[in-house]
Amino acid sequence: MRKTPLFSVSGLRKSYGAQLGCRDVSFDLHPGEIMGIVGESGSGKSTLLSCLAGHLAPDHGDVCFDVDGTGLVSTLAMPEPERRLLARTQWAYVHQNPRDGLRMSVSAGGNIGERLMNIGARHYGNIRQDACSWMDRVELSVGRIDDRPATFSGGMQQRLQIARNLVTSPRLVFMDEPTGGLDVSVQARLLDLLRSLVQDLGLSVIIVTHDLAVVRMLAHRMMVMQRGEIVETGLADQVLDDPQHPYTQLLVSSVLQV
Amino acid sequence: MFKITQLSKTFHLHTQQRAEIPVVCDVGFAVHPGECVALTGESGSGKSTVLRLIYGNYLARTGSIRVGSTEIVAADPRTILELRRTTLGYVTQFLRVLPRVPTTRVVAEPMIEAGHNATAADAHARNLLRRLRIPETLWNLSPLTFSGGEQQRVNIARGFAYDYPALLLDEPTASLDAINRQTVLDMIGNAKQRGCAIIGIFHDHAARKAVCDREIDISQFAAA
Amino acid sequence: MTEQIITPSANDKNDTTTHNPETHNFDATDSYNFAYLDEQTKRMIRRALLKALAIPGYQVPFASREMPMPYGWGTGGVQVTAACLTPDDCVKVIDQGADDTTNAVSIRSFFARTAGVRTTEATDEASLIQTRHRIPETELTEGQLLVYQVPIPEPLRFLEPRETETRKMHALSEYGLMHVKLYEDISQHGHIATAYAYPVNVEGRYVMDPSPIPKFDNPKMSDCAAIQLFGAGREQRIYAIPPYSHVKSLDFEDYPFDRLRAPGACALCGADDSYLDEVIMDDQGTRMYVCSDTDYCSTRHERGHVGDQSDLFDSEEG
Ligand SMILES: Nc1ncnc2c1ncn2[C@@H]1O[C@H](COP(=O)(O)OP(=O)(O)OP(=O)(O)O)[C@@H](O)[C@H]1O
Ligand SMILES: Nc1ncnc2c1ncn2[C@@H]1O[C@H](COP(=O)(O)OP(=O)(O)OP(=O)(O)O)[C@@H](O)[C@H]1O
Ligand SMILES: [Mg+2]
Ligand SMILES: [Mg+2]
Ligand SMILES: [Zn+2]
Repeated sequence: MRKTPLFSVSGLRKSYGAQLGCRDVSFDLHPGEIMGIVGESGSGKSTLLSCLAGHLAPDHGDVCFDVDGTGLVSTLAMPEPERRLLARTQWAYVHQNPRDGLRMSVSAGGNIGERLMNIGARHYGNIRQDACSWMDRVELSVGRIDDRPATFSGGMQQRLQIARNLVTSPRLVFMDEPTGGLDVSVQARLLDLLRSLVQDLGLSVIIVTHDLAVVRMLAHRMMVMQRGEIVETGLADQVLDDPQHPYTQLLVSSVLQV
Repeated sequence: MFKITQLSKTFHLHTQQRAEIPVVCDVGFAVHPGECVALTGESGSGKSTVLRLIYGNYLARTGSIRVGSTEIVAADPRTILELRRTTLGYVTQFLRVLPRVPTTRVVAEPMIEAGHNATAADAHARNLLRRLRIPETLWNLSPLTFSGGEQQRVNIARGFAYDYPALLLDEPTASLDAINRQTVLDMIGNAKQRGCAIIGIFHDHAARKAVCDREIDISQFAAA
Repeated sequence: MTEQIITPSANDKNDTTTHNPETHNFDATDSYNFAYLDEQTKRMIRRALLKALAIPGYQVPFASREMPMPYGWGTGGVQVTAACLTPDDCVKVIDQGADDTTNAVSIRSFFARTAGVRTTEATDEASLIQTRHRIPETELTEGQLLVYQVPIPEPLRFLEPRETETRKMHALSEYGLMHVKLYEDISQHGHIATAYAYPVNVEGRYVMDPSPIPKFDNPKMSDCAAIQLFGAGREQRIYAIPPYSHVKSLDFEDYPFDRLRAPGACALCGADDSYLDEVIMDDQGTRMYVCSDTDYCSTRHERGHVGDQSDLFDSEEG
């Protein structure tokens, strides 16, 4: 196991005018680690994730990534082309609403192929083959490859979004409520799929959710957010089974069985 | 292998009128490689709590818990995960698994995580399942729908799949029939022979007599 | 159909401001307000053109002026032409290859009146050719200018409507999306079905929309001796290809670019290398194929080349 972090956040703060988004967020993420971020609605989870993924510029703090295995570099200080390249290759972002993460007017195959084409793939047959194998991998019928995602169910769209994100073998995946808005049974299937993909590909993941079962199932570590601040952090099963902060205890006790 | 000193645990339940539940105080004992120690004490005395503290599942704030050369108290999550992966196994009474993972893989997983190749791990898992008399027809199914006893045996197989140098067992023989109980006791005996240090909770007196070298009454550490 | 563009004279009645071609007699020695646009505007457009030539394929914003014709009828091309004309230019205007459509005739006469320049239908005589949707078949030469009328300059718009995003994609050469469009084509039609406005990469840098020319014309853009200028009036963009630039039509390794030409020869001049238009001859739906480039066709015909229905051509001419 490598001893140096893949990703490191320090003193991150983001406000929307007078409204606090998040503050004083610091943590390290190592290769293969899955970090869950939980908290009630409006606690700043999405804000934090957007800052981490470079979609929002934080007011303060730094976000560093080990781009090529030689150590952490600041992604905020990086020139924009480099940061965008990083986002297209080594990072992936799974949105809660698949509409935000898919091109609805492009076929499923085109959606998966886009990231490949973005990094220079120019052989249709190979792109098509990769798209097929990813359709299969996320349990979508290959026969639907030329259909537009608008004709897919919510769960299928979410699986397509995951395929589209993982096709370029990123090292770090950001997920914002990937199972939100789905039926319970569909959620379970998606989670299971995510878990095995994450394991097989050795991905590092930062996953925002307010579903503690998701954290229990996927995360090694977790952070609990309340009003923009991290109130508790630790080993996922420890925080769930022996929560220390009053807010975490409330959160855990308000869910029956996790 | 285990060395516990001045370990205390109090639960602060902020949501229930700031209740404080002191469970154990000043726990201290050691377990050597090849030794199996039973924790005893009436229900609610804190036996399971002590195991969970050692496993890092409950947060210890005071005292010291050493497993091998690793200090658990105030360890960062990464250290604990690494310890669980390579050194410390934990068999609970209830199986907690993910849907859709076949039984063989559930059992093989700890070996794979510790770095064994999947084929070898699966083969070893099948041997364990056979030894614990899980019908072969079930091996490719998820254990979620299995009977309580079957689930527990899968759980034991999983706990013993990888040869951890240290093991925590919370009532591993509880709802097992005599034949299967004997198999589990044999497995514990084998683990001891290869030098594994074991801390266990066994309600069954005969089982305790069969495998344990010592008993530690947790009631003696009851918080004032 | 209001195919007829508003002619300068028609416009004069309600245009009493600086642009009044009627007050400017056709004396080419007086360069003030020559070619309709005021000097200020021409300077601004020329600056944009120079920048466009310096950054091949890059869309340069410019402040498009009201022209005496509606947007969509070549206001961008007309402004570029007006900014480029000098008194000794000879202008040719084609509309989908033809010199004699209402639009081509109107624009040609517009420049004849506002700049007093000579006009021609012969590609090799023209020093400036303004075109809508074609590149002449006759190879262009050094010193010639080809001015394209462009309706939509942004090739990425089809899949990414956000201008802020497309600008960034150009800046960072993030052109994967262009291939997504071609991918969609192949997956739906089995081949790249895009036939017009087929995207190109200029000098290995910017991806550019060549305006709705047939992809048959795409190869003519590359290594072309003439200067190629593109004007989009409504969208206020100018871009350019300097002479002898490398222009590559986007494609896949296993689906290489194909110019696509209807098989067969021109019914009038027998040309088998030109872009053909399908013409319906009668109420029975009889069809024939003729060169879309009317100058090319008639020149060949005059030189004695014949197609299998050349008699029609002769009777028309006679
Ligand atoms: N663009 C914005 N402008 C102003 N305030 C914002 C903006 N985005 C978020 N906020 C505010 O910042 C706080 C944190 O919002 P955020 O979206 O990060 O919460 P969240 O934890 O993701 O909530 P949810 O679980 O509902 O998705 C909220 O008070 C929110 O109203
Ligand atoms: N997560 C927790 N939060 C609050 N209190 C807890 C928690 N876990 C255990 N306790 C309390 O600690 C005490 C000891 O419980 P523990 O489960 O360790 O007992 P035990 O000795 O294992 O009992 P048994 O023999 O019945 O299994 C009990 O009073 C229990 O309610
Ligand atoms: Mg959110
Ligand atoms: Mg117990
Ligand atoms: Zn012809």
